[in-house]
Amino acid sequence: MNLKARKMVATGDHAAAYGALLANVDVVAAYPITPQTLIVEDFATFVDDGITDAEFIMVESEHSAMSACIGAAAAGSRTFTATSSQGLALMHEMLPIASGLHLPIVMPVVNRTVAAPIGIWCEYNDIMPQRDSGWIIGFIEDNQEVLDMVLMGYKIAEHHDVLLPFMFGLDAFILSHTVEPVEAPSSDEVMKFLPSYKPIASLDPDKPMAIGTFTPPEYIQEERYQTDKCMRNAKRIIKNVTKEFADVFGRNYHGLIEEYKTDDADVILITLGTVTGTARDVVDELRGRGIKAGLVKLRFFRPFPVEEVRMLIERENIKAIGVYDRSVSYGVGGPLYIEVKNSLYGYDLPIINFLAGIGGRDVVKGDVEKMYKILQDVKDGKTRKDIVWINTRGVKE
Amino acid sequence: MDKYERGERMNLKNLPDDEYFTPGHTACPGCAAPIIVRNMMKILGKDTVIYTPANCLLVFGGTYPYIAWKVPYFHEAFENTGSSISGAARALKKQGKKVTVVGIAGDGGTYDIGIQALSGAAERNEDVIYVCYDNEAYMNTGIQRSGSTPYGAETTTTPAGKKILGKLRHKKDMAEIMRAHDIPYVATASISHIADFLKKVEKMKNIEGFRYFHVLSPCPTGWRYDPSKTVEIARKAVDSGMWTLYEAEYGEITNIYKPKKKIPVEEYIRGQGRFRHMTPEMIEELQRWVDRKWERLYGEKP
Ligand SMILES: Cc1ncc(C[n+]2csc(CCOP(=O)(O)OP(=O)(O)O)c2C)c(N)n1
Ligand code: SF4
Ligand SMILES: [Mg+2]
Repeated sequence: MNLKARKMVATGDHAAAYGALLANVDVVAAYPITPQTLIVEDFATFVDDGITDAEFIMVESEHSAMSACIGAAAAGSRTFTATSSQGLALMHEMLPIASGLHLPIVMPVVNRTVAAPIGIWCEYNDIMPQRDSGWIIGFIEDNQEVLDMVLMGYKIAEHHDVLLPFMFGLDAFILSHTVEPVEAPSSDEVMKFLPSYKPIASLDPDKPMAIGTFTPPEYIQEERYQTDKCMRNAKRIIKNVTKEFADVFGRNYHGLIEEYKTDDADVILITLGTVTGTARDVVDELRGRGIKAGLVKLRFFRPFPVEEVRMLIERENIKAIGVYDRSVSYGVGGPLYIEVKNSLYGYDLPIINFLAGIGGRDVVKGDVEKMYKILQDVKDGKTRKDIVWINTRGVKE
Repeated sequence: MDKYERGERMNLKNLPDDEYFTPGHTACPGCAAPIIVRNMMKILGKDTVIYTPANCLLVFGGTYPYIAWKVPYFHEAFENTGSSISGAARALKKQGKKVTVVGIAGDGGTYDIGIQALSGAAERNEDVIYVCYDNEAYMNTGIQRSGSTPYGAETTTTPAGKKILGKLRHKKDMAEIMRAHDIPYVATASISHIADFLKKVEKMKNIEGFRYFHVLSPCPTGWRYDPSKTVEIARKAVDSGMWTLYEAEYGEITNIYKPKKKIPVEEYIRGQGRFRHMTPEMIEELQRWVDRKWERLYGEKP
């Protein structure tokens, strides 16, 4: 494979498939689902056009996609799949098997509503229930980051201090089916950043071993401890790899979180996914009006950047925090809100949860402005709120 | 002409001494499953990767740290033998290694929860061997009915109750379903006909593409018979027509064994506690099912 560096105009799905191509994956097993389908189709085209000699297993379900990926990764190959929504739900059983066996599979998840009601648009209620699956879970702001995240994903997942599978969410349609300029490095450059996968153990008749045994209580707890340690190690490795990526390719993603105009901010909003881009614009406008608004883009949900979030708050300029969620844990609040509250236990600071864009409803600048307005009011003591449903019929904000 | 065609087939005399499924496993006394696996492995040999889903074999052969396997072995889950072995086989192919990847599933993992992944792998003609050891119920979880449980049999979910006496439906014909997949090889076998069993293993080892190997696996614990009778019961299953031995290539039956003397099904079920409650009418119904199957496979009335 000899791919030249090029500037593409690519959908998020194409960026994902092209990222897998550049990562020189050995085995792909996948099943189509809107809005992930383009990834599968694009990769099939790479195979049929002879651009890659990867094995592509067109399985009969997502459960089988993940099962096949686990089998291939256990046999020592670099493995890729992608899914969405119902497909991810169907895979659920297999996810902790991939992490428990420490197999560094990379999987873009095109975030889509999980039924019912059935919908195909962006929502995070597919990926959030995978929180405790032992997978690293990232989120993406734009299509360039999609491609870059596939490359960084393997580098992080395959690191011997981590060895965990890696999924990242990209927003349905907003990214998956929308074209943006994307810079693709050459395969030679990628090879230098991401050499071939060297498993520490695999299914090899010359060195027989058992993988995934029936295991009594005498041993499982240690495995759990190790996986927990791997996830904690991942924080350090994510930071190192993002830095190395910036050095090689010139794009800096700042590790676990990215701060935007937070230095002197008195209110900040923590966001996930594409809403970040909208919020950047809103922050710029508010700054123009003299409002000290700041923004934090959360890049990783697992491992959760507890220390980073705390360090932010230590700065004392911040008087109110807003947390944006695109799904809800019924009766409690958004999953990110729950995590932020957990991270900031002991700090006396208002934390407000904004639920918006659920079911794929657009989140426009006006919606984000409303969030900052509420944060301002909270800061000034005019109101005190916990959970605010934005732009919801029959519900007061 | 290969060895098989020249008639230099594997038999008990030239069966290798090598052991890849070793003693010390914890199957019940009299269990047919280790007999199947041990003999099969002698022929498949060192360059084999084994997968088992959740079942008795996982527990009695794959419990850490007492692994009975001398070849690379893996387990993922219950319903995905077809896809798990597909993944491993493709990876090893990409690495340029010549390794036989084999999945060994129970009837539950084959007929019921695993049929989708199995059918998918067969349709793709993955280069793997799929073995079903068929003990006609979910033994590992305590003898519940499966799609393979024969009519009338008592299991813990088809108890011989006051109103309903055992299972009301007949056994599904899984090998025939696999034959309909137009794959290179489908074979059924029985440990009672061990020479035939060994020949089939040797033959399928050298075939490329999807191979389905289905072996009846009498289970003294679940069928409730004296553990010394395993081979005898397996033979009676064949002689009664409850279990039919054949080979099929690309859907065509190329070799079928016909018992010299067909024994009544009543003779087969006698001595098995799982059938003890059956009334004469029920035994007749089971006999009718056997006769229908016989006619379908041999093309003549019994
Ligand atoms: C998804 C899932 N459902 C249920 C189970 C529980 N379970 C484990 S083994 C088994 C039955 C296995 O039966 P079979 O495949 O016939 O093998 P046997 O134990 O009879 O040898 C069941 C129901 C499971 N492990 N996974
Ligand atoms: S329950 Fe049956 S199949 Fe399972 S180990 Fe015992 S005899 Fe074998
Ligand atoms: Mg069974």
